[in-house]
Amino acid sequence: MKGKPTSTSRAPGEPRSIGYLYVLPALAVYGLFLLYPFGQAVGLSFLHWDGLTRATSAGLDNYTALFTDPTLRAPFGHALILLVFYAALPVVIGLLLAATMSRIRVRGLTFFRTVLFLPQVLAMVVVGVAWRSILAPDGLLNDALRAVGLDGLARPWLGDDTWALPAVGVVGTWVMTGLCMVLFLAGAQRIPRELYEAARLDGAGAVREFFAVTLPGLRGEISVALTLTIIAGLRNFDLIYITTGGGPGNATSVPAYEVYHRAFELNEVGSAAAIGVALTVLIFALTVTVSRLVEGRRA
Amino acid sequence: MTSRIERTATYAILALFAVLALTPVIGILSTAFSSPNSVGGGFALPDTLHWSNFQQAWQRGHFGTYLGNSVLVTLVVVTASTVLSILAAYAFGTMRFRGSTLLFYLFVLGLTLPQEALVVPLYFDLRYFHLTDTYWALILPQTAQSLAFGVFWMRTYFMNSTRSVIEAARVDGANTWTTLWRILVPMGRPAITTLIVITFMWTWNEFLMALVMISDESLRTVPLGLAFFQGQQSADTTLLAAASALIALPVVVVYVALQRKFIEGMLSGAVKE
Repeated sequence: MKGKPTSTSRAPGEPRSIGYLYVLPALAVYGLFLLYPFGQAVGLSFLHWDGLTRATSAGLDNYTALFTDPTLRAPFGHALILLVFYAALPVVIGLLLAATMSRIRVRGLTFFRTVLFLPQVLAMVVVGVAWRSILAPDGLLNDALRAVGLDGLARPWLGDDTWALPAVGVVGTWVMTGLCMVLFLAGAQRIPRELYEAARLDGAGAVREFFAVTLPGLRGEISVALTLTIIAGLRNFDLIYITTGGGPGNATSVPAYEVYHRAFELNEVGSAAAIGVALTVLIFALTVTVSRLVEGRRA
Repeated sequence: MTSRIERTATYAILALFAVLALTPVIGILSTAFSSPNSVGGGFALPDTLHWSNFQQAWQRGHFGTYLGNSVLVTLVVVTASTVLSILAAYAFGTMRFRGSTLLFYLFVLGLTLPQEALVVPLYFDLRYFHLTDTYWALILPQTAQSLAFGVFWMRTYFMNSTRSVIEAARVDGANTWTTLWRILVPMGRPAITTLIVITFMWTWNEFLMALVMISDESLRTVPLGLAFFQGQQSADTTLLAAASALIALPVVVVYVALQRKFIEGMLSGAVKE
């Protein structure tokens, strides 16, 4: 490519600074309605404010409360548990399936892909309404359990202190597994057949073949899957709002829900902003960790 | 041979998971079509298709109004964010100017910034300017949020577009503006279609922004309408199911027609590099 200084590599009569003009409209909207509010959120997080009267400085109170106040610690704990359902489980299921399917060329891939990916395009509100009726005391799940004689297992899933969080988690698994399968399926079909044949000639069993060929071959896809599912899992507001509203008690409260609850129902705006900022930091930390660990990328 | 067993097992597994993915959807549809008086509804296929549930849900839930609001907001957000994304990404992808990398990363940052962190200050800002309870409170923040993906996605297209085409246009005396709209945009139709369907889906499904910004009933979008409908009709599962189906329908229709674009676009959201 051109190694000359930029002044001479410019085309005649066409100053590249026209680039600023092209970027400007987008940057204005983006700056005003995304970057600036985020800056404000950071500012608000250092205040005590009820949204109406004069705000007072809070110092680091709102942040220390994230560690000391059990009603704030719990949502973050729940979010991490939910990540098992939103990210870990779908990736593991997806990998196991990709492993069994990596050895052959699948026909009708388009059909399966379309169906498996469908939960991803449905509005979370719709998903929430659908699953709420499935998990309701007289919903489909309990009907099915009673029909096969497991009456003892039937319960109001979303109203149960112990079961509400896993129940919401299962919905997440339902939404995310298809995404992981689609990713891994496509990735596995791209792994050269020769690698499998070579592994087999070396006498590798199915397990060793998985760890020696399939898993390394899917590194990039695993990283993408984890990034997407972790972000979706931590941003999970709609589903909680529709299915449980954080209840029973605060058994299913998550940071994303707590932001809304504190800012607009309890009028603790500073605390809500601090949760939002902490959530952002958590998302960044986890996505960076994923890309370092899974892809082995260095800084 | 083992390959035959493997083949059967593979399709059996795929079929099982396809069924699992579809079960809740079919459950909702069969409930939506079942008799309003039946208890539970469930997977027992309805004897006759009760289309009246949809009509009832439509009227009682005021979904006509909500649908209009959703169409308006989605149309404006998709148009505005697509045009702005194309303009900015064109500069990032084909021009060199000081600070362009930094500016680009600022946009990419938006892919991981959670809405929850923005919605609180946005509410107070927009309220200050008396913009809550207007379409603007939905349009402006959602356009800004769509730009992160839009700029990222379109920049990839512009960077991969053939350099020689741009050079040739310049030699012919076309300026950057004509090159963009006469040559690169028509050539980039597939990439732009992907961007449009993804933005359409995100905007159509958006819930938190609408919940916070809109208290006027006549301005509700469909997801918000459904949430309130659930509050009122929680006992009436058939109506609720019919309303859910109605709301999901537009996105599902576009998805089935253009599934490749949806999948391609949504999977690229995990930023590389």
